Amino acid sequence: MADDKDSAEAILSVVHKKIGDAFDVFDHEFNKTVDVREIGTIIRSLGCFPSEAELHDIIAEVEEEEPMGYIRFEKFLPAMTMVLMERKFGPIPEDLLLQAFEVLDQQKKGHLDPEELTKYMTQEGEPFTQEEMEEMLSAALDPDKNVIFYKDFVSAMAVDDT
Amino acid sequence: MAAHKAMGCGITKSNQLQLKKCDRGHLSVPASTAMRAALLIQRWYRQYVARLEMRRRCTWNIFQSIEYAGEQDQIKLYNFFAYLMDHFTPASSERNLISHIFRENDLLRDIEWERYFNYKSIEIPEDYCGPYLTFPLTASNVTELVEAFRNKQQLHSRYVLQLLGETWKLLRLLPNINHVSTCHTKEITICGDLHGHLEDLLLVFYKNGLPSMETPYVFNGDYVDRGKNSIEILLILFAFLLLYPNDVHLNRGNHEDHIVNLRYGFTKEVLGKYRLHGKKILKLLQKIFSWLPLATVIDQKVLIVHGGISDTFDLKIIAKMDRHRYVSSLKPPKSRRLLLKSKLSDQESDTEEAGAEDSGSSSTRGGGGIRRTCSMTHSSPSSGVDRSLLQRRSLQSHSSVDDELQERRRQAGLGVSPSHSDDQQSYCSDKDAELTEAVEADAEEWKQIVDLLWSDPMSMEGCVPNEVRGGGCYWGPDVTEEVLNRHSLQLLIRSHECKQEGYEFCHNRKVLTIFSASNYYEEGSNRGAYIRLGPDLVPHLIQYQATRTTRDLTLRQSVGRTERSALRALREQLFAHKSDLISAFQKYDPDNTGWISLKDWAVAMETVFHLALPWRVLRSQLVSTTKDGMLDYQSWFKELAIMEPNKELAHTNVLETLYKHHSNLETIFRVIDTDNSGFISFEEFRQTWKLLSSHLKMEISDEAIVDLAHSIDFNHDGSIDINEFMEAFRLVDSTHHDMATA
Repeated sequence: MADDKDSAEAILSVVHKKIGDAFDVFDHEFNKTVDVREIGTIIRSLGCFPSEAELHDIIAEVEEEEPMGYIRFEKFLPAMTMVLMERKFGPIPEDLLLQAFEVLDQQKKGHLDPEELTKYMTQEGEPFTQEEMEEMLSAALDPDKNVIFYKDFVSAMAVDDT
Repeated sequence: MAAHKAMGCGITKSNQLQLKKCDRGHLSVPASTAMRAALLIQRWYRQYVARLEMRRRCTWNIFQSIEYAGEQDQIKLYNFFAYLMDHFTPASSERNLISHIFRENDLLRDIEWERYFNYKSIEIPEDYCGPYLTFPLTASNVTELVEAFRNKQQLHSRYVLQLLGETWKLLRLLPNINHVSTCHTKEITICGDLHGHLEDLLLVFYKNGLPSMETPYVFNGDYVDRGKNSIEILLILFAFLLLYPNDVHLNRGNHEDHIVNLRYGFTKEVLGKYRLHGKKILKLLQKIFSWLPLATVIDQKVLIVHGGISDTFDLKIIAKMDRHRYVSSLKPPKSRRLLLKSKLSDQESDTEEAGAEDSGSSSTRGGGGIRRTCSMTHSSPSSGVDRSLLQRRSLQSHSSVDDELQERRRQAGLGVSPSHSDDQQSYCSDKDAELTEAVEADAEEWKQIVDLLWSDPMSMEGCVPNEVRGGGCYWGPDVTEEVLNRHSLQLLIRSHECKQEGYEFCHNRKVLTIFSASNYYEEGSNRGAYIRLGPDLVPHLIQYQATRTTRDLTLRQSVGRTERSALRALREQLFAHKSDLISAFQKYDPDNTGWISLKDWAVAMETVFHLALPWRVLRSQLVSTTKDGMLDYQSWFKELAIMEPNKELAHTNVLETLYKHHSNLETIFRVIDTDNSGFISFEEFRQTWKLLSSHLKMEISDEAIVDLAHSIDFNHDGSIDINEFMEAFRLVDSTHHDMATA
């Protein structure tokens, strides 16, 4: 890779292929379109951690003039490439995440009660739907003690990273 | 829409950014800090869920594309048989092997059928402890039948034949389209694909009640194949049909088709459960399937068909055709020309024979010509089919019907199209004009049936051939709008596609897909659902899942389990394409180091594989040992272990081919095993293998075949046990992926 230009092009083509593959997973009719409701999943699966509001902005950018309910790849690709190249919506460092949990655990118990977590997740920030909340609880709750040991939770999720 | 979709993207009103102060008095966390912390956690968690969703969707795609590739394979296999029929001489023993699947049922008159299916001579042994039936059936008979099946009993073949006989008699009286009304404030229950999943049918009955005059049902096809209790489901549905003919309605699905059944397990199930009379039962079912109604209309407003529609959908044509002539939707009905021919005088039949011979058909003169069958594509299926064409390039109902039409014109001596018929003038008579019309009407009707049974909806407008399945079309919301308006309908209910939630609306909620087989691909893969429809014609959906345990799994666990299963299936495919893959890899490894970059790996996979899968996304699941972004591909293949019954089976080429075509092979074996013993002789095996390899243009020496046959003859008795054969060549996965983790 003697030429810088070559390597930049090579990187770009890899990025394009990655985006294409992720897009294709949801392209059920093989016509380079996906349902707009899947865009969030696609973007996140590419390693980004946008908030719902940021997601909303991207969708507005890649939607058709008259929103048809689907997004075309030719509009999605350039926008997503920018996101990846500029490393927008980067990952959340484990220690920061832990801090966030610790903030919510003001009694410094080392764990959160399901009611506490539920209250925060469904009433603060960009609230979870009931189904999201149930799923998080089923993954996070220690079945014996009926509390959330957030330190373990965070490390367990991190291991899952592919 | 299913809530899970909201998780990945969450663009619903309730998820818009809300800034609220934390105003619960007893909490002392500053509002803004709590908010920021919550936001962070939510961002993180949603990303995690999205990644899971991506994995789940990939897994789904794997199953689905293998499933559809199998369906295409089935059609190609059919073409293989037709090719053989066309190209082998009548005297050839090979032809006899398989010609029986082409034998037309309508040759025998009804009275002969009644004699053939006579159940009266079948005796019930004293030690029989299954259910007894009396005819006409009573409600308690049928309830007992359901209970017996729940307790895993089997119905004696005498009763099976009797029940099927009665069913056939009834079905013949039914019109092509069931017309149902919701008067008397009756709610109708509509079920989708069951695919042999008895637990799901029993669960629906448990939740919703058995079919009765108060609880009418519509069943929308695909009762058989894949699951283990297809025959029990059929028997239950037919029993209820006989008991309440005005309140139970059955539609035909694309799996109610004996040719599809050869591949997808129903034939095997019946032959396994009914060793003595299985063949008769299957033959009777062939007729019954062809007599199943094609559609149901409720209150003249709601249309229910198994697959879907096309832009040329026409209820009038469907209503007036002779539906029973379409024994299998994979092959056109016996030409009316041939039907008429048997009534024509000798003189006229000679004229037509001359025309037929010109076309190079292999039909023999006189009565033997009746055995001539047209295949779905007009050209020889094996000639020059470019294997590098994508999977989606398979026969299309649109072009094949045109081709079929041309072929028939040619055979009738009518030339390529009416405008070219000047030199054929001398043959054109009133009879020929009638024939042309008849032939065109046939092609039209056939297309209606194929579209009805095989089509899928798409979100783009228009109507295009369904190349993924190889039959029917993809139709868009504009077509739904037009067809519904044209027929003054307001809703289309269909099945045919597995949906994670058991159902899915599309096309502005004008199309509803309903699927009733839960855990279809794997435990935990999806829910089943059914519809309750009252006089207001607003569909109410009820979901369920057959096994309790799967509901208690977290999303992560059930994704993991389904994924492992899909990956196993995928690895088998990888092994089957090993030599193609190796040569593709070697293109990127000119110095023969044995290593390629992962980037090149993905490109190579795409080139070789015709399974439209996102390889870069799947990569980490398929390739575990990489170094600095490079893969040692030879050792990668070693990871895919295969159990060899015989060490001398060094013919890896043969093994691989065996693997690639093993499901075709199984189908062929079952067809050849004419006495349904489960065994085929050496000679039959040899002939089959030779035929398949010549069709696929493979070079396999006779010696290799004999060696292979010997190695498969586990009992050393000169015959091959089909089941053992299939088991022996299943891929055994030796990697740690197989370990079940909680």
